[in-house]
Amino acid sequence: MEWLAQFFSRRRRYEDISISVQEHIEERTEELMADGMSRKQAGQMARREFGNVTLLEERSREVWQWPAFESVLADLKFAFRRLGKSPGFAATVLLTLAIGIGANTTVFSVVNGVLLKPLPYPDSGQLVSLWFNAPGAGGLANFSSGLQLSASMYFTFSEQNRSFLSMGIWTPSNASVTGVAEPEQVRTEMLSDGVLQTLDVPPAAGRWFAQADQDPHGGKTVMLSYGYWQRRFGGDRKVIGRAIQVDAQSREIVGVMPRGFRLVDRDFDLLVPLALERANQKLAGFGYYGIARLKPGMPLAQADADIARLIAVWMDSWSNGPGTNPHYYETWRITPAFRSLKQLVIGSIGGVLWVVMATVGLVMLIVCTNVANLLLVRAESRHQELSIRAALGAGRMRIARELLIESVSLGLLGGVIAVGVAFAGLRLLVASGPADLPRLSEISLDARSLGFTLALSVLSGLLFGSISALRYARTQGSATLGSTTRTASEGRARQRSRNVLVTAQVSMALILLVSAVLMIRTFAALRNVEPGFADPQHVQTMHIWIPDLLISDPQTVTHVQNNITDKLAAIPGVTSVGFAGAVPMENVDPNWDEIRVEGKSYEGGEPPLRLFNFVSPAYFNAMGTRLVAGRDFTWTDNYDLRPRVIVSENFARESWGSASAAVGERLRQFSNSPWQEVIGVVEDVRVHGVDEKAPAIIYWPAMLHDPYTAKPTIDAPRFVTFAIRSNRAGTESFLKRVQQAVWSVNASLPLASVNTMQEIYSQSLERTSFTLVMLAIAGAMALALSLIGVYGVISYAVSQRTREIGIRLALGAQKGVLRWMFVRSALVLTGIGVVIGLGAAAALMSLMKTLLFGISPLDPLTFLAVPLMLAIAAALASYLPARRAARIDPVEALRAE
Amino acid sequence: MSNLECVPMANNPEHRDLFPGALEVMILQSLRLKPMHGYALVKHIKQVSDDLLQVEEGSLYPALQRMLKEGWLEAETGTSAKGRPTRIYRLTDAGIRHLEKEVISVEKMFAGITRVLAVAKV
Repeated sequence: MEWLAQFFSRRRRYEDISISVQEHIEERTEELMADGMSRKQAGQMARREFGNVTLLEERSREVWQWPAFESVLADLKFAFRRLGKSPGFAATVLLTLAIGIGANTTVFSVVNGVLLKPLPYPDSGQLVSLWFNAPGAGGLANFSSGLQLSASMYFTFSEQNRSFLSMGIWTPSNASVTGVAEPEQVRTEMLSDGVLQTLDVPPAAGRWFAQADQDPHGGKTVMLSYGYWQRRFGGDRKVIGRAIQVDAQSREIVGVMPRGFRLVDRDFDLLVPLALERANQKLAGFGYYGIARLKPGMPLAQADADIARLIAVWMDSWSNGPGTNPHYYETWRITPAFRSLKQLVIGSIGGVLWVVMATVGLVMLIVCTNVANLLLVRAESRHQELSIRAALGAGRMRIARELLIESVSLGLLGGVIAVGVAFAGLRLLVASGPADLPRLSEISLDARSLGFTLALSVLSGLLFGSISALRYARTQGSATLGSTTRTASEGRARQRSRNVLVTAQVSMALILLVSAVLMIRTFAALRNVEPGFADPQHVQTMHIWIPDLLISDPQTVTHVQNNITDKLAAIPGVTSVGFAGAVPMENVDPNWDEIRVEGKSYEGGEPPLRLFNFVSPAYFNAMGTRLVAGRDFTWTDNYDLRPRVIVSENFARESWGSASAAVGERLRQFSNSPWQEVIGVVEDVRVHGVDEKAPAIIYWPAMLHDPYTAKPTIDAPRFVTFAIRSNRAGTESFLKRVQQAVWSVNASLPLASVNTMQEIYSQSLERTSFTLVMLAIAGAMALALSLIGVYGVISYAVSQRTREIGIRLALGAQKGVLRWMFVRSALVLTGIGVVIGLGAAAALMSLMKTLLFGISPLDPLTFLAVPLMLAIAAALASYLPARRAARIDPVEALRAE
Repeated sequence: MSNLECVPMANNPEHRDLFPGALEVMILQSLRLKPMHGYALVKHIKQVSDDLLQVEEGSLYPALQRMLKEGWLEAETGTSAKGRPTRIYRLTDAGIRHLEKEVISVEKMFAGITRVLAVAKV
């Protein structure tokens, strides 16, 4: 505490020093007077002998100070005082900085929450997703999840692997819960043993599933999500042990998972044990996600090799039934390519986020150059002061330090406001909830984001401060003291740094604008793609799931679905109704399997896999999918189980040359299945999104012979999506009528995923529109900032050259010529910036290639239009100050001296 | 007349006097005789050294503050010979101890220098 006492006794010490010094000089003066000098002479002499009193006192006081710290403090005080004196300047700079840093903090928080933070599971680095490549499996092994696992794979791998602490499989599903409130469709996850052990998050109440819960003949159990527990049971701990009806099956609640727990990247309401019957398993049925926890220190490659060895074991241990070849799957070339769970969750969003991060980073650079420019102008007005100080012996470092302290404190203040901006930005972003942004709930302004803000504030302060510091610390006292007098205009060198900054700004703005315009063109190209359905805002879709336990007979299921269709069609304003196994762009593929066209032989004997869908009569009509040739299904086709199919146009062309040639031709699934006649051909549908090629699709009727059973069995899809075409689609009154219609057929059928086709369609464009909006915001900011930059530089040049303009006008210069002189200098700066920017943009745009669709990264239209737009905007921005220059009254201008 | 002190460099205490501690030793020794104020110290050193040494004011006052901070001196309110208010510096016990230590090392150093110079003359 001694330093504290010292701090308070300092004032007395300082007083002591000046009293001592004063007395010193007095005594010396008197001595000199005694030698016969006049009082005035003696006083001057005494002072001269003594030297610089202020300096000496300062040095004496420094003994009691922390000199470095306190002089920084003094500089800081000085900086704030000067900022307070020019509130306009301070507000402009702080606002610019706050928006720039705020945008960066927002995007960084997203990058941090989505890409950088580990997944919210203990030791999440050891978690892997069991991803298999299978190039021979056609659409079954897709880009988003590889080849999924079959239940038999789970048994073989989990029992015989040497790499995992635990592994499990799961599949998302839906279930109706009855007996709690209104019948409700909830999201469920069906889990095998090992999934919860792998994720290793303890339950909030009750217990995990145990091995006994996986016994298909044992007691039926269920676990709740925290959200469902709160919503339906008010967080009552006594629910453990209670029973609820899940898909008409009574299940005992054994546990509740904690708040925020998600199954990898999925929110759910209920967890249900898979309870696989081992005896019923076949090789096929590739419908499960797999996860595992690696043994500590186990490298991924070794786990891959371990499971690769087990694939042969799996084919030897299981079968697809008598007469089938278990080694058929060798043609699929199944190879494990396990990846970290985090990689699976993040998916391909990483590319988009880094592009957005780079974009806002570029905006930050433009912000910095803009602020640097403002500071240069400001330092210009302090030029004389700084020169005098330099002449009086202030060191370069001392002046540079002062300028840097000012800029860093501006940066920090901007950063403080930026935190508010980022907070609002994140709220907005999470509220708008881009559907395909994973881990949205984990995005927050955490310590790391705040650290980033701090670092960015300081760095940007140093960056834009160092420009003026470098510029002015060099100042040669004698040289500059003179130049502010009556010379006509300022020297070239003084304008040069600002010109360089503006040029840099223009080129960065050009890059951002080019990328924004390319995204706009991409979006337009996507919107122009024929999706294979029409007028989506007037198509209402909803899921209806008819569980086994509610209606066991497949034929009755079809009848119920038919009844619902009829009731829906009777609603006033409904023009057509149908249902299908899946509607486009919902990322549900009802099935993939082999299709053999009559009279065609296949390489290696195995035909490629094709996407299947199951459709009711009038489904195509409701969706607005054109029938190209032939006819639609009828209900009679359905109930008579006539062997008929409809195919997509691309399949018809591939197999028979044209759509019309396909009608009447035949195809079948396996070599022992009955032939099916093609009765119609429909246009291609981009079921996986507008940016993915339309796959060949075989449309089966809604009721059919199950091709996978030995004896003929009738099957019907139990999970279907209805499509209802009506002008009132999406309105609340309409949905009420729809619900009544469904309940009038069966009161325990809940509706789920009620969306218009337009909503589904927009969601599939979400990633593009998210990128587009982010780039458009960045581009607009860049454009505005660089125009302000151009305007500022020209208008400053005008104000500095007032005298020169006055002389020119007095000598008879034409006003038009004068205006053009300033606009031209702006255009030269813009031109140089555009050339540099075009080069950089051309180089950078190839990085964005994966985000673009239907447009070249070097799209000539974009690369012509953007520079032109920038040039026009720059000309306008410079015209305003140029006009002011031409209006100068020569007499006033010269008199102002 | 030789200048004992070179002009001190603000941020470099090594260079503040001819050899480290010389000015301090002389101030301490002078104040040991009697408490004095700043100007009196300058005059005292000048007189005692027969005008051979002159203390620079630029070094004196910072040195006094350093010694106050070390606790070797105390400053008290007093009046000058002319009756004006000033600050009188007085040696503390710690100051006396420090002085005795320093005097020995200064004497050793002078002895050393003298011998080196004597050899050089031969």
